[in-house]
Amino acid sequence: MKKNESYEEFIKGIWRDNPVFVQVLGMCPMLAVTNSAVNAIAMGLATFFVLVGSSFLVSSFRNWIPKQVRISCFIIIIATFVTVADYTLLALVPTVHKELGAFIPLIVANCMILGRQEAFASRYPTRLAVMDAMGMASGFMLALFSLGAIREILGDGALFGMNLFGTNFEPWIIMILPPGGFLTLGVILLFFNWFKLKKDEFLAEVAEAERSSR
Amino acid sequence: MTSARHTGTASPSSLRLVLTLAIAGLISGVAIIGIYESTLPTITANKARELREAVFKVLPAVSQMQALVHRDGELVAAEAVAKDEPVVYGGYDENGGFVGYAIPGAGPGFQDTIGLLYGYTPDQKLVVGMEVLESRETPGLGDKIYKDADFVAGFSALSIEPEITAVKSGTKSQPNEIDAITGATISSKAVVRIINETHADWTQRLPPPGAEPRLTETEPAGPEVER
Repeated sequence: MKKNESYEEFIKGIWRDNPVFVQVLGMCPMLAVTNSAVNAIAMGLATFFVLVGSSFLVSSFRNWIPKQVRISCFIIIIATFVTVADYTLLALVPTVHKELGAFIPLIVANCMILGRQEAFASRYPTRLAVMDAMGMASGFMLALFSLGAIREILGDGALFGMNLFGTNFEPWIIMILPPGGFLTLGVILLFFNWFKLKKDEFLAEVAEAERSSR
Repeated sequence: MTSARHTGTASPSSLRLVLTLAIAGLISGVAIIGIYESTLPTITANKARELREAVFKVLPAVSQMQALVHRDGELVAAEAVAKDEPVVYGGYDENGGFVGYAIPGAGPGFQDTIGLLYGYTPDQKLVVGMEVLESRETPGLGDKIYKDADFVAGFSALSIEPEITAVKSGTKSQPNEIDAITGATISSKAVVRIINETHADWTQRLPPPGAEPRLTETEPAGPEVER
C-alpha cells in the first residue's frame, strides 16, 4: 500500500499531471532553451536538482515554517539551490552554462517549482514530497527533451550534435528559432489533448458496455 | 487552505516570523558563500585556459604569451590586469621571440554584443586569425561567424591596411577584402567592423615593429591562477 502510494506520486508527474503538457507550467525555460537536446537535458537536470532539493527541505521543515512567511521561506530555499546549480554548472560545464545563460538564475521564477512547494511539499511527509518532486522534475525533463530533440533534428539535422541525415538535408532553421518552440509545443499539446479525449471516450464506452452487460 | 495549520487562529508572534526568515537567510547565505568559494578556483582556471587556447588559436606558431597593457605612453607587460583596463596579449615563440598580438575587441552584433579575439602581426600588418569568444547571434544564420570554417579561415592572412572590407560572397579580389557569409551579412559585417574599430583604437598605442615588450621571465603570464 505504502509502496504503491509513493509510486503513484512519482508516476503522476511524468504522465497524468505532466507539468508542461498537462499543467502548462514553466513555459519560459520550456520555449527558451529547447533549441538543442543537450541544452534541454542540462536545463532539465538543473531543474530536477532544485525541485527535489527544495521539496525535501520544505517538507522537512513544514511544521516549523509559520504560514505567514511560508512563500518567502520557499523562495529563499529555492534561490539557494538555484545559486548552487548555477555555480556548479559554470565550474563543470562552462560551454553549456554559456548557452543556457540567464535561464539558470531564472529557475527561481519557474512557477512549477514554487507551485509544488505550496501545493504538495508543504502539506505531505518528506518521502512523498521527494517522490512527487522527482516525478514532476522527470516529467519536466522529459518534456524539455522531447521538444529539444524534435527541434534539433528538424532545425539542425542532428541529435546531440551528431549529424543524422548527411549533407543533403536542408535544416528548417525556423525550428531552432523562437517560432519553432511555439510550433512544436503546440503540436505536442494537440497530441496530448487528442489522446486524453480518445481515452475518455474509450473509458465511457467501456463503462457503457459493462452497464449493459449487467 | 484546508489543513489545520493554515487555518490556525493563533497567529505566531512577529518575533518568530522575523527569526524564521533571519535564520533561513543566514543558512542560505552561508550555503551560497560555500559554493562560491569552492567553485571559484575552477571557474577562474577555466576562464584563463579558454583565453590561452584562444590566443594560441589566433596566433599560429605561438607557444608562450603574456598580458600587455598601455601605461604611461608605452606598452608594458602586466603582472595583474585591473578590471576594465584595456589589454592585449603578446604571443611569443619557443625562444621568446615576438610573433604578434592577440587583441580582444567587442561591439554590437545582430542580437547582442559580439566579443572576439584576433591575431595581428605588426611587421606584416596582417590579421592572422580570428576567434569569436562571445555571441548570441541567430542559431543557423548569424552563428556562422564562428561555425563557418571558410569565413573563419578568411581571417588567416588578411591585410588590415587601410581597413578590412566585407564584400559579397565570392567576390574577394583584394588582400584586405573578406567574403561575407550569405544569409549572415549583418553578423559578418559586425565582425569586420569590430576588428577595424579595435585596430584603429590600438594602432597608435602599439610600439613600432621590433620594439615590442620582451617576454618577462615569470611565465606563465596573463591572468593565470595557480591552483
